[in-house]
Amino acid sequence: MTYIARPRLHHPTLVRNKVGYTRRDYEGKISTLCAGCGHDSISAAIVQACWELDIEPHRVAKLSGIGCSSKTPDYFLGASHGFNTVHGRMPSVLTGANLANRDLLYLGVSGDGDSASIGLGQFAHAMRRGVRMVYIVENNGVYGLTKGQFSATADRGSKSKKGVVNADAPVDLIGMALQLGATYVARGFSGDKAQLVPLIEGAIGHGGAAFIDVISPCVAFNNHAGSTRSYDYVREHNDAVNRIDFIDLAPEVTAEPGAGEVITVPQPDGTMMRLRKLHTDYDPTDRVRAMDHVQAHQARGEIVTGLLYVDSHATDLHEGLNTVKRPLNALTEADLCPGAAALAKVNASLR
Amino acid sequence: MKRIEAVNDFVVKFANVNGSGSASANELFARSILRMGVPVSPRNIFPSNIQGLPTWYEVRVSERGWLGRRGGIDMMVAMNPQTWDQDLAEIEPGGYLFYDSTKPMPKSAFRDDITVIGMPATAICNATYDDARQRQLFKNIMVLGALAVLLDVDPAVIESLFGEQYRGKERLLESNIRALHAGCSFARDQLMPPHGSEVGLKVRRADRVGNRIFIEGNAATALGCVYGGATVCAWYPITPSSSVAEAFDKYCRQFRVDPDTGENKFAIVQAEDEIASIGIITGAGWNGARAFTCTSGPGISLMTEFIGLAYFAEIPLTIIDVQRGGPSTGMPTRTQQADLIASAYASHGDTKHVLLLPHDPAECFEHAAVALDLADRLQTPVFVMSDLDIGMNQRLCEPLQWDDSRRYDRGKVMTAAELESGKEFGRYKDVDGDGVPWRTLPGTHPTLGAYFTRGTTRDAYARYSESGKDYTYNVERLLQKFATAAEIVPQPVLKAADRKTRLGAIYFGSTSPAMDEALEGLAGADIHLDALRLRAFPFPESVRDFIEEHDQVFVVEQNRDAQMRTLLVNELEIDPAKLIRVLHFDGTPITARYISGAITKFVHTLAVAPRREKIA
Ligand SMILES: Cc1ncc(C[n+]2csc(CCOP(=O)(O)OP(=O)(O)O)c2C)c(N)n1
Ligand code: SF4
Ligand SMILES: [Mg+2]
Repeated sequence: MTYIARPRLHHPTLVRNKVGYTRRDYEGKISTLCAGCGHDSISAAIVQACWELDIEPHRVAKLSGIGCSSKTPDYFLGASHGFNTVHGRMPSVLTGANLANRDLLYLGVSGDGDSASIGLGQFAHAMRRGVRMVYIVENNGVYGLTKGQFSATADRGSKSKKGVVNADAPVDLIGMALQLGATYVARGFSGDKAQLVPLIEGAIGHGGAAFIDVISPCVAFNNHAGSTRSYDYVREHNDAVNRIDFIDLAPEVTAEPGAGEVITVPQPDGTMMRLRKLHTDYDPTDRVRAMDHVQAHQARGEIVTGLLYVDSHATDLHEGLNTVKRPLNALTEADLCPGAAALAKVNASLR
Repeated sequence: MKRIEAVNDFVVKFANVNGSGSASANELFARSILRMGVPVSPRNIFPSNIQGLPTWYEVRVSERGWLGRRGGIDMMVAMNPQTWDQDLAEIEPGGYLFYDSTKPMPKSAFRDDITVIGMPATAICNATYDDARQRQLFKNIMVLGALAVLLDVDPAVIESLFGEQYRGKERLLESNIRALHAGCSFARDQLMPPHGSEVGLKVRRADRVGNRIFIEGNAATALGCVYGGATVCAWYPITPSSSVAEAFDKYCRQFRVDPDTGENKFAIVQAEDEIASIGIITGAGWNGARAFTCTSGPGISLMTEFIGLAYFAEIPLTIIDVQRGGPSTGMPTRTQQADLIASAYASHGDTKHVLLLPHDPAECFEHAAVALDLADRLQTPVFVMSDLDIGMNQRLCEPLQWDDSRRYDRGKVMTAAELESGKEFGRYKDVDGDGVPWRTLPGTHPTLGAYFTRGTTRDAYARYSESGKDYTYNVERLLQKFATAAEIVPQPVLKAADRKTRLGAIYFGSTSPAMDEALEGLAGADIHLDALRLRAFPFPESVRDFIEEHDQVFVVEQNRDAQMRTLLVNELEIDPAKLIRVLHFDGTPITARYISGAITKFVHTLAVAPRREKIA
């Protein structure tokens, strides 16, 4: 049904952001997903985050794999270039796109099947390389698009809609991202936009590989009793470690009262992230303790959400490769071709 | 016994142990003869391991300039006891065996139809050097010195090569020269008459090398990628292609580092596998950077899903396939031309791809640069089909050439200004009649030209579609694009016989030097063939014309299944009976002897075509 263009009439009261766009300018085609699908809420959160951060839509490149989740880039940021790649391989395509032009914002959207099954290797290596990107896994514990098979993130013992019990241990993407060197690791819930939007904003401002696992119930195949990815289950078992506000660098940050409860984390682009801690013992700048915390709660059947880890001094793949500041795709013959005289010297050395 | 006697026309083969440091001495041997103006073509024959297994280095010396493998060995330098029997058996009757006589061998270990030259190289080295590594290295140099004397290679030439190699490293230079001289003296005093026997193989100064260069195909390919403007390289190590990426890295460090900032105007990623490699270059190509990967057959297999995406979504990318023996791990360190079909039709659904077929390092350079242009122009994957024989052996070829007025063809990329001026943009619309649509790069314009790329069907404006009409419009346009490709790829090269003939031959790639030699030999035996060297797939019309103009056409290739012949039959709808297979696929490079043998046999059974021409 995507050929139906969303009505583009702008309500006069829609507020323009600093770069002159209303929230509607960040929307895409009408979604073809099931009504109530968690993925649509995530798209809405992305729209909100990009609008709030005054990002020009055309400076975003959105990439995805294959799956219901991976279809969503067509449903937000309609003025951005998008690339729906192949199943499980978004990370490599995004890596290449990023290498070609380091000036754009790269938004990778994937599913749990896409990232934890067929694409587990690419997920892992993109984290290791520190590709600067926002990598969102819309995690519903099933293969939505192929109609409800278990995915590799399904919890052991959880029941499929058909009543089958999953006997395999789950792949823990958060744990892997932490272990593999991702420098921004968060978990959100599609049903909690107030928490999710700032998590996405924090990831956008981040200087390296930012990974957000978003629990996103599949209403068609994984929202029943016995599922550990249903709206009800997640609401009951969610334990938020913090709430973050993502804000522009502003003096009032320091004036925030209740210092013990709030810490500010500067981001490489000059913005600030403000963390309101729910657990005073939780320190999101300590990778090892983050792993500990997540694992301990997981063992108790609790889903920890919030910003789990951030390294505000993160570097990215381009720094590792020492590439020029100008985008590689903008370099010309003058930059790239050594010319005939240099070749004559090469020839001379080969005789 | 009649000894083989030959000046500037013989084959010497070195039998070594992998990892024993023989490679550089062997290369010096080949280079010193080149410096004397005599063409040589060396070939590495190596195992798939790092240390301990046998390796060979086969050097053909040919004043006539034949660079294909000849077959048959005139002198074996047998330094590996492991392969003794096999090495001995390979020597032509009347040939020569040079061996390390430190350990006495029973008479039964030799043949009586060859001349045996024993030098106790290990014993001499053990007496001269204490250090085990030095003993090994200098043994190779001493043997080189002895061979120089036996074959009349000027030791001064080797010394000057040392001088270039060890510039500024005086001690190394000196000790190498000393070892060389020790070998020379030993040969003069002990191996030549009256103590030994004369070797009938001689090198004599000539002037047949000219200004040609001596380079491995993979290094030339890498330089082609540098000159052609590639900025992103993603790869996964695999023999025989790894040295393309390694050489690209080396040349980029030489030519692509900003002198002011020290920053790199290139990005090389050693990916986690070939799927990621091609994914990375797909992303880079989509985003407007020139990108390539280098791989071999197993890598092509892994890449096929992406190749289909890049074909259907129309993404420029360049794949360097340095072919080796397959299927599976096959013969990973041997050569073949057996990835043709896997590459030409890579991926599921209806797909076809552009292949370039370089025949020597100079063409590897040119084709790599051209591939980057063609990929941008056609917005599709372009393969450069090299092979191990070209890629991993140093080969004499014309100097690499670049015209400074040459500009990169970036293809149809719509700019912000063009969009602004109201130029219509339909991502998958054929507006120029060549099947190639226009594209925009991400980030170009705030409101115009953005589109969604996908492997799923879409209409001419890149909108998701499940309509059969949209699908057929797209894939038929891709056929149109393929027809465009046939016109702009490197065109075939015709080598006409010096008289009219109804016989033709088609060949390509590393078969080229053996074919040149075979053609001359066959002509001498009164078998005349017009020969067409293919340089690309798809085939232009001239290929069809060539086949139509001849009664029988031999298709000479290095694979079992006659893959090029299959492509010719399939794409040009040629009557298969017209195309005679000449196939070589044991992993060794094809030889002129093999080609002439196969063609002669066929012609004799045919026993009509060339004769009739002669009468007429
Ligand atoms: C190579 C390949 N194998 C299988 C498929 C079929 N397939 C499409 S989507 C999908 C699973 C998607 O699951 P997930 O990533 O969790 O996305 P969801 O639909 O749940 O959002 C599969 C197996 C495919 N497209 N490509
Ligand atoms: S099947 Fe599940 S994941 Fe897919 S759109 Fe429907 S609710 Fe969402
Ligand atoms: Mg899923």
